[in-house]
Amino acid sequence: MTHSTDLRGRGEAVEGGDAIETVLGHRGLQLEEALIFEQDSAGSSGVDLPTAPEAPDRLGTFRRQGRIGLPGLSEPEVVRHYTRLSQKNYAIDMGLYPLGSCTMKHNPRLNEAVVRLPGLAGAHPMQPVETVQGALALIDELAHWLKELTGMPAVAMSPAAGAHGELCGMMCIRAALDARGDSKRRRVLVPESAHGTNPATAAQCGFTVDPIPANAKGRVDLAAFRAKLGDDVAALMLTNPNTCGLFEPDIIAIGSDLHEAGGYFYCDGANFNALVGRVRPGDLGIDCMHINLHKTFSTPHGGGGPGAGPVVLSQALAPHAPLPWVVHSGDGFALVEHEGDAGDAKPFGRLKGFHGQMGMFVRALAYMLSHGKDGLRQVAEDAVLNANYVLAGLEDVMTVSFDGPCMHEVLFDDRFLKGSGVSTLDFAKAMIDEGYHPMTMYFPLVVHGAMLVEPTETESKAGLDAFIEVMRSLAARAKAGDADSFISAPRLTPRRRLDETAAARKPVLRWREEAAE
Amino acid sequence: MSDMKYTTDHEWIRVEGDSGVIGITDYAQEQLGDVVFVDLPDVGKNLSKGDEAAVVESVKAAAEVYAPLDGAVLEINEALTDAPGLVNTDPVGGGWFLKLQISDPGQLDGMMDEAGYADYVKGLG
Amino acid sequence: MRYLPLTDADRKAMLARIGVSSIDSLFRDVPESARFDGGYGLPDHMSEMEVGRHIGALAARNMAAGSVPSFLGAGAYRHHVPASVDHLIQRGEFLTAYTPYQPEISQGTLQALFEFQTQVALLTDMEVANASMYDGATACAEAVLMAGRVTRRKKVVLSGGLHPHYRDVTQTQSSYLDIEIAGMGPDLSGEEDLSGLVDDDTACVVVQNPTVFGHLHDYSELAARCHDKGALLVAVVTEVISLGAVMPPGAMGADIVVAEGQGLGNPLGFGGPYVGLFATKQKYVRQMPGRLCGQTVDDDGRRGWVLTMSTREQHIRREKATSNICTNAGLCSLAFTIHAALLGEAGLTELAQLNHATASALAERLGKIDGVEVVNSHFFNEFALKLSKPAGEVVSALADRDILAGVPAARLYPDEPALENVLLVAATECNLAAECAAFADGLAEVLQ
Repeated sequence: MTHSTDLRGRGEAVEGGDAIETVLGHRGLQLEEALIFEQDSAGSSGVDLPTAPEAPDRLGTFRRQGRIGLPGLSEPEVVRHYTRLSQKNYAIDMGLYPLGSCTMKHNPRLNEAVVRLPGLAGAHPMQPVETVQGALALIDELAHWLKELTGMPAVAMSPAAGAHGELCGMMCIRAALDARGDSKRRRVLVPESAHGTNPATAAQCGFTVDPIPANAKGRVDLAAFRAKLGDDVAALMLTNPNTCGLFEPDIIAIGSDLHEAGGYFYCDGANFNALVGRVRPGDLGIDCMHINLHKTFSTPHGGGGPGAGPVVLSQALAPHAPLPWVVHSGDGFALVEHEGDAGDAKPFGRLKGFHGQMGMFVRALAYMLSHGKDGLRQVAEDAVLNANYVLAGLEDVMTVSFDGPCMHEVLFDDRFLKGSGVSTLDFAKAMIDEGYHPMTMYFPLVVHGAMLVEPTETESKAGLDAFIEVMRSLAARAKAGDADSFISAPRLTPRRRLDETAAARKPVLRWREEAAE
Repeated sequence: MSDMKYTTDHEWIRVEGDSGVIGITDYAQEQLGDVVFVDLPDVGKNLSKGDEAAVVESVKAAAEVYAPLDGAVLEINEALTDAPGLVNTDPVGGGWFLKLQISDPGQLDGMMDEAGYADYVKGLG
Repeated sequence: MRYLPLTDADRKAMLARIGVSSIDSLFRDVPESARFDGGYGLPDHMSEMEVGRHIGALAARNMAAGSVPSFLGAGAYRHHVPASVDHLIQRGEFLTAYTPYQPEISQGTLQALFEFQTQVALLTDMEVANASMYDGATACAEAVLMAGRVTRRKKVVLSGGLHPHYRDVTQTQSSYLDIEIAGMGPDLSGEEDLSGLVDDDTACVVVQNPTVFGHLHDYSELAARCHDKGALLVAVVTEVISLGAVMPPGAMGADIVVAEGQGLGNPLGFGGPYVGLFATKQKYVRQMPGRLCGQTVDDDGRRGWVLTMSTREQHIRREKATSNICTNAGLCSLAFTIHAALLGEAGLTELAQLNHATASALAERLGKIDGVEVVNSHFFNEFALKLSKPAGEVVSALADRDILAGVPAARLYPDEPALENVLLVAATECNLAAECAAFADGLAEVLQ
């Protein structure tokens, strides 16, 4: 079927995909699937329940009236539905997922098995602590790993994700400033190349954001940084390696200048995978750093979460860590859940219900134990080796933004596409037809048409060779003037390019009966 | 159109007596891409030059529109609520944003005219 | 190392291709003083079997609430999760996918999110819902910040029926922003009246239903009072199964509903990861935090889904974003969606009634024990008991008999001596008759 609808307002017709038409729209293993709401058999359920006991009604007038509106489906229908949906996704289990800054590495299934042990999956967070000593010991053991690997004296375990960890770290900084009566420091320095979460977090802590430019080598411009220091600077938020995939070689000078000027050093640990087992952030002069357990320590991304973002803290910030935390008590462990039990500490508050992302802790600890300190060092080395191998394989056909070597990810920009009529987005969509998830695009903002490739250590050499071959071929095709095939990509996917403009102009955010008819 | 003035932030202002109609230029809408939403101020709001007057959003970007002059908001373009695409299709006509009561006409003096703005855009490459 | 595909021969060949002699030269930007070659106080790698045993030993030191008579609630509930839920969420295509930023190869995650948003809107009786927050408590904090943006006001009133973790997280997240919070003392009796506290400066009032002490309320009048004053009503639900039986906040006029979604699809897991639900009215959607999935069409005109309205989010709006949230509760929301799909209208309604009947029967039975008074006249599946002894001691004594009796109110309110003897007891479909009997017998003995 050939549609020439101009759905994206691009001004040119887009050629249709496969010419084969089928009765139901299925295409081999690509099965069309309606919403569950469109598969309603009223009264059906996929669950059988025990009989309710006789008991007085205690809902009274508070009882819900009328239908909720949920559809009824049997178990086989539900299993089939979500199995079909799953087959419309790309995943790290299927192939290379080179999203820069996201660290999409293999997710070991052992970790899924141990997190489901009844003693962990079935433990209630408000059980008496004497009945959950194993859970507290596990948190303590993971905390020990994080402190050892980072060379930092303390860690706050409760943050639920990286951005939440940033909030935790910046709140510790705000609390430490308040504790020393320093009410003037409200400016936070953030490099232009930073993740969007950094400025968003700083704003949530009542700070103003002051960007620092990058130099021609993709690093913090040291002179510009020094010029920005002052007695109103609360902190610097720096990602290291930075989002261009480069180690900040001046980091120690940056840290000591910052400290001398009275500010705190926040390190965004999203890229810790490049350093784990080789470099301890504590040796770089940082005051706090969040660790995305779902990146470096391989807890699955799950289509967008959950994550976990413990924050390691320096001696200066540790007293302000949020509640709750685990302490050694006699020959076991206890939980400090309230300020009254916190002794000399001055926690800034509480960030989350209960005690943290326990399920992620279990998976991360299993990952760490599997690797050991020797294996983790190899992780960083192989991650950096793989990224540099991709760089070496592509540098003559794509444009590398900054001279290598890179760390765990390599940044290209769109100069090699100049004049081809192919954009970074088009190039990425063509990768999809070749069976690859695209790299991170248009981030960081410091180069034009950014393409940030992070292969991770769990890719084989043969896998990288295949990827390099595909990328080289696409680059050659783009330069040869075959723009149309890029602009119409992807063609082989369950859906082709989607009209994001229409979605945003007239948002349809839920199914409604009337809308479907 | 001689009564059109332009800012370096790619806003235009059309002076109509002691009020001015404000929008973004064709260059600006092209940079943004398909506009999906425009957040306009309340009528009656007093703006100082440089205040955030409106926010214009495309799918992947959001840009603040700053008040080019001091003044109170007299009118806003309600049509943009249902048809934000007017900013793309008719940026200097139906895609206007708001009308200001000009309190200091002297602030117009530093702005570019049409030819000056055309040169300015050319200079951006 | 079983997770690392490169062989030494590969590494050598790759270094040669790169044109360097050793891996160290790839780390040359790292200053000498920052290279750590010292000893980490950590073990070397372990086999899969050894890791399994190590963690298995830790797990075995816990009493599993799922395996003994357990009546704990207070924001986390033990429910039976059908086997197919856990099977489906472990499919690699869901488990090991990233955030669906490339919609052409993420329609599975996106369609499931659209179903999730619809289910949440239906359950809460609201117009729109987002694609999840970290948990109920953080969703509550985000709701308060959103109410501040919508009303451009500062004053916030938190009900004494609000779970203390939700109160604390909200206070913490607001601490450095221009927000004034008035928090009420614990409302054990369920008789709190907040309408007098709503004035022209109030951004929102935050209430919970059922409350942390189990009371049920109809907040319609409070909602009307809020709306009269230009304030919003934020309603919190910590037990999502209650929405199968209890009047939903949307029907009472709530403007924002936040909830803990753990009860559908997600194990207790010692407190996380859980899934925060966030629903509101259509007119406030641009002030909403978090990701949104929206319906659209592709180049061939076929229906599909994308992440939309991203200009609210941190990766575009940076310091002006509605929230700094990025990663959310993706896979937990999928578990929620699949469990809710399995239950359906009939199943969820019946499950909620079963929870209620189980709790009601248990309250009847416990109320007959000397030294036990049931506080609540109306409740869903959780109620408060006043005991003749400190609840902490009772819970410890019953834990020694392998019964997890509930949450002592003092665990949540350590500074309230009046609550020392109060025990929060939840009962769900998992508490079959024998468990309830064991609890009643044990409690009677301990209180003698």
